[in-house]
Amino acid sequence: MFDFSIVTQWIHNLLTSFLPEDVAVFIECLAIGVCILLGYAIIAIIMIFMERKVCAAFQCRLGPMRVGPWGTIQVFADVFKMLIKEIIAIRHSDKFLYNLAPYIVILASIMAFSCLPFSKGMEVLDFNVGIFFLMAASSIGVVGILLAGWSSNNKYSLIGAMRSGAQMISYELSTSLSLLTIIVLTDTMQFSEIVERQADGWFIFKGHIPAFIAFVIYLIAGNAEVNRGPFDLPEAESELTAGYHTEYSGMHFGLFYVAEFVNLFIIAGVAATIFLGGWMPLHIPGLDGFNTVMDYIPGFVWFFGKAFFVVWILMWFKWTFPRLRIDQILTLEWKYLVPIGLVNLLLMVIIVVFDLHF
Amino acid sequence: MYLTLLVVVILTAIALVAVALGIANAISPRSFNPQKGEAYECGIPTRGKSWMQFKVGYYLFAILFLMFDVETVFLFPWAAVVQDLGVYGLASIFFFLVILILGLAYAWRKGALEWK
Repeated sequence: MFDFSIVTQWIHNLLTSFLPEDVAVFIECLAIGVCILLGYAIIAIIMIFMERKVCAAFQCRLGPMRVGPWGTIQVFADVFKMLIKEIIAIRHSDKFLYNLAPYIVILASIMAFSCLPFSKGMEVLDFNVGIFFLMAASSIGVVGILLAGWSSNNKYSLIGAMRSGAQMISYELSTSLSLLTIIVLTDTMQFSEIVERQADGWFIFKGHIPAFIAFVIYLIAGNAEVNRGPFDLPEAESELTAGYHTEYSGMHFGLFYVAEFVNLFIIAGVAATIFLGGWMPLHIPGLDGFNTVMDYIPGFVWFFGKAFFVVWILMWFKWTFPRLRIDQILTLEWKYLVPIGLVNLLLMVIIVVFDLHF
Repeated sequence: MYLTLLVVVILTAIALVAVALGIANAISPRSFNPQKGEAYECGIPTRGKSWMQFKVGYYLFAILFLMFDVETVFLFPWAAVVQDLGVYGLASIFFFLVILILGLAYAWRKGALEWK
């Protein structure tokens, strides 16, 4: 498996060979920032394009076709259009909070994004409390959404933000409970370590039934966390115009839109890392020839393949199920997913403590 | 090292928003119209304030969330060491979880989970 830290180490040595240590570290920090921005933008563009094409395929349409071959330039055209739209400041809003909200939403999204291990040695924030940090960082986003809805001084925004807040904080419990089952299995919270432990089989196979139940709960709860699919009440177009970002225009709105799509990718990326092995190739114990062939496929291909597969499943959810009402959403979470998650966690602990797993 | 990277990530996020909004502000056209500053509620003039008393049901769920979120905060460090603790870890967390499930059952029975 190719270790990306060789590249970063080489760059570090190259820079320190003719620059003082501090300047080299500063340049590296700049490079990391630029890489995060580029990765974030590219993922957002791919996700928006994929959403349109997948949505079109589910509705027997072609989707965008006119701009560029197969409509590939369409998203770039849309980004440019958004840039040249006027940013309208409404008169009766709370100006400070109104302008602060996109910062918080993007901050939560980027902090969670930089936790993902894209390939071996290719991750920005590899804390030893990685999963805990990811949960903490991604839950800041709900503050931004509540601020956006409240500061707009618009009744639709307020209702959308309140619904979103109730939904996101509720489903956060289920995501953390399903991630806890895997932490119990691995006894570590560091993402790189978790991926390393899956060398002899991904956790969805190694973890017996509890891991599979946790995976399903994680997909449902993650879909609700990013306000999509059958759980898109905060932005119910038919009743709330655009929900919490009704009063945002142009690029102001674009930032919320981008954060929403990248959050979907983060949910899929975490599901791929925790349950489906991240950048770890498919290994079947005993078949050495097969394992060697699989090792030739680079790690980031595995990671993005798995992540976009999960994204595709979530889009399939969105275009298959009818929307839920707010009381149905909260019932699903508090009366079904939380009790199932708690019992599932206990089941996993029993399996781990009495050594019943593979 | 970790702290430096975290600061870099936070600054990157702030830079993204600032640059995107800065470019948009610089190249977007401007027009002035008193109607544009009004809240958009489907073309009908806004009546009353929007910063008002709101349905208390959301608040109830927020309180319930607080209880269970603190619980998961306690579970995270426990989950990382449960393999070393063995049966002792299982037994101690079993009581913790049973008390919490009883709490959920109490809230359920009292009707806090119903949306009214």
